Amino acid sequence: MLSKKNKEALFNPLSKDNPVLVQILGICSTLAVTASLKPAIVMGIAVIVVLALSNVIISLIRTTIPTTIRIIVQLVVVAALVIMVQQFLVAYTYDVSKQLSVFIGLIITNCILMGRLEAFALNNGPWASFLDGIGNGLGYTIILVIVAFFRELLGSGTLMGLQVIPQWCYDHGYENNGLMILPPMALITVACIIWVHRARNKELQEN
Amino acid sequence: MDKIKPQFQPGGRLAKLQSVYDGMETFLFTPNTTSASGTHIHDGNDLKRTMITVVVALLPALLFGMYNIGYQHYLAVGQADASCWSMFLYGLLAMLPCIVVSYVVGLGIEFIGAQIHHKEIQEGFLVTGILIPLIVPINTPLWMVAVATAFAVIFAKEVFGGTGMNIFNVALITRAFLFFAYPSRMSGDAAFVKTDAILGLGEGQVADGFTGATPLGQIATHVGDTLQLTDVVGQPITTCDAFMGLIAGSPGETSMVAILIGAAILLLTGIASWRVMCSVFVGGLAMAGVAHAFATPTYAASLLDPLSQLCYGGFAFAAVFMATDPVTGARTRIGQYIYGFMIGVLAILIRVYNGGYPEGAMLAVLLMNAFAPLIDHCVVSFNIKRRARRAAAKS
Repeated sequence: MLSKKNKEALFNPLSKDNPVLVQILGICSTLAVTASLKPAIVMGIAVIVVLALSNVIISLIRTTIPTTIRIIVQLVVVAALVIMVQQFLVAYTYDVSKQLSVFIGLIITNCILMGRLEAFALNNGPWASFLDGIGNGLGYTIILVIVAFFRELLGSGTLMGLQVIPQWCYDHGYENNGLMILPPMALITVACIIWVHRARNKELQEN
Repeated sequence: MDKIKPQFQPGGRLAKLQSVYDGMETFLFTPNTTSASGTHIHDGNDLKRTMITVVVALLPALLFGMYNIGYQHYLAVGQADASCWSMFLYGLLAMLPCIVVSYVVGLGIEFIGAQIHHKEIQEGFLVTGILIPLIVPINTPLWMVAVATAFAVIFAKEVFGGTGMNIFNVALITRAFLFFAYPSRMSGDAAFVKTDAILGLGEGQVADGFTGATPLGQIATHVGDTLQLTDVVGQPITTCDAFMGLIAGSPGETSMVAILIGAAILLLTGIASWRVMCSVFVGGLAMAGVAHAFATPTYAASLLDPLSQLCYGGFAFAAVFMATDPVTGARTRIGQYIYGFMIGVLAILIRVYNGGYPEGAMLAVLLMNAFAPLIDHCVVSFNIKRRARRAAAKS
């Protein structure tokens, strides 16, 4: 089930080959949906689902796709899945889907998806592709959650919408940092995570 | 200092703190070692001397700022006849904690950074540390100043490689951080005039009709055809008051006189570029003239005549002390004209036509900081092309 290669496909994207930190893919949605934790988690799950399923589907039909039109085929598969996820979210978590607005739809253009389909699913079996999709989706979700954690905590004083910074602090002059809610701080937070990550993984440092 | 030196040399007991020792030694004494050969220009005017000159140029604005804080306070509590010295003392006590916090946080981070990388401590923060209290509203809580200073020093300076490598002006990044992170503290009634007593000094009830809004703050909320700016107790003020500096505002920015004295010091010693400084004022005047020519009540700031535009707000301070920062500004001569002119134009443009920002000088300087390398690049490559054409025509 989990041969060495499959294990690598599943676990490498979590840290050493992380799509956001190392390949710097999917930055746009990382900036857009991380102002608070809840939409970030939903977005992460949506990407995991779409990525894993599209990886499996493309992997299953990889021998029958003509190479000249493979991008169009991939887009059709991803678009179908994204629309399904979007309808699901609108049906069951309407508020969050409102917050995520166009960004669920924009999963189609997320570089991580096309990257994994092109680089992995076209050359590997469905099970390995499934694990690769789960791994990359998780790697993306982890970063989203870390960024959203700091942005929501420092920007609104809440986590998942619940007040965590006690009233006592506000009474003594503490104030929420409005800049954390603005998109630039998502970039700086991601930069800080990359900074820590590179400092811990010396082999990733380039000169 | 020489006695304890061996302990800080490699192998000594405190070798880890060598950067700190080195920083203190060169700060207090002239170094014994100088470069012996090479193409260096030997000049006593090193980085430290330059920085100290800028600090001296800032002193008039600083001292007047302290006096003005006291003046505004006593005016607000209805004791405008208080003595000059008690006003100054009150302002000194109000500003001192902010100055201490800015230096301790900024220098602390610089010392730690230098120590981690085993580099010499650079003295770039000497000026930044005094600029920060001058451009931050007096009522900003000290922890906010500390957070903003730490953010600016780390993300605007250290990550780019420290003193001399930063793209953006560090003091202005501090101000911008505060402006966007804690907007309620950076404008409105409670930001610019300190009304409570310090250590028992300046007790009193706030007078009726008190308003702590700066002239530009009043303009931002102004409705109607005729514009009458007032001081903190509702008395009308004139451009002359703004020129002298007895108006509400950030400590360093109010007095045009004090800023012009500083400008004279900077220009006479050759520290600041007169090209940048003059072209900022020219750009500001030009844009203010255009705005005034098309004055409408929709944009209340356009009702001000061009000269008063320059006297109110942080325009003059930004022109003299921020735009002329040699690290973040343009370096070519023609580039400096363009850079300065654009700062002046943008500052007034933002101030007049963007309702969200009562003052545009900070944003204008930061924006042009980003464009300074591009301007230099264009000027240099244009020059190369021109000379190549001339050479081709000759041969």
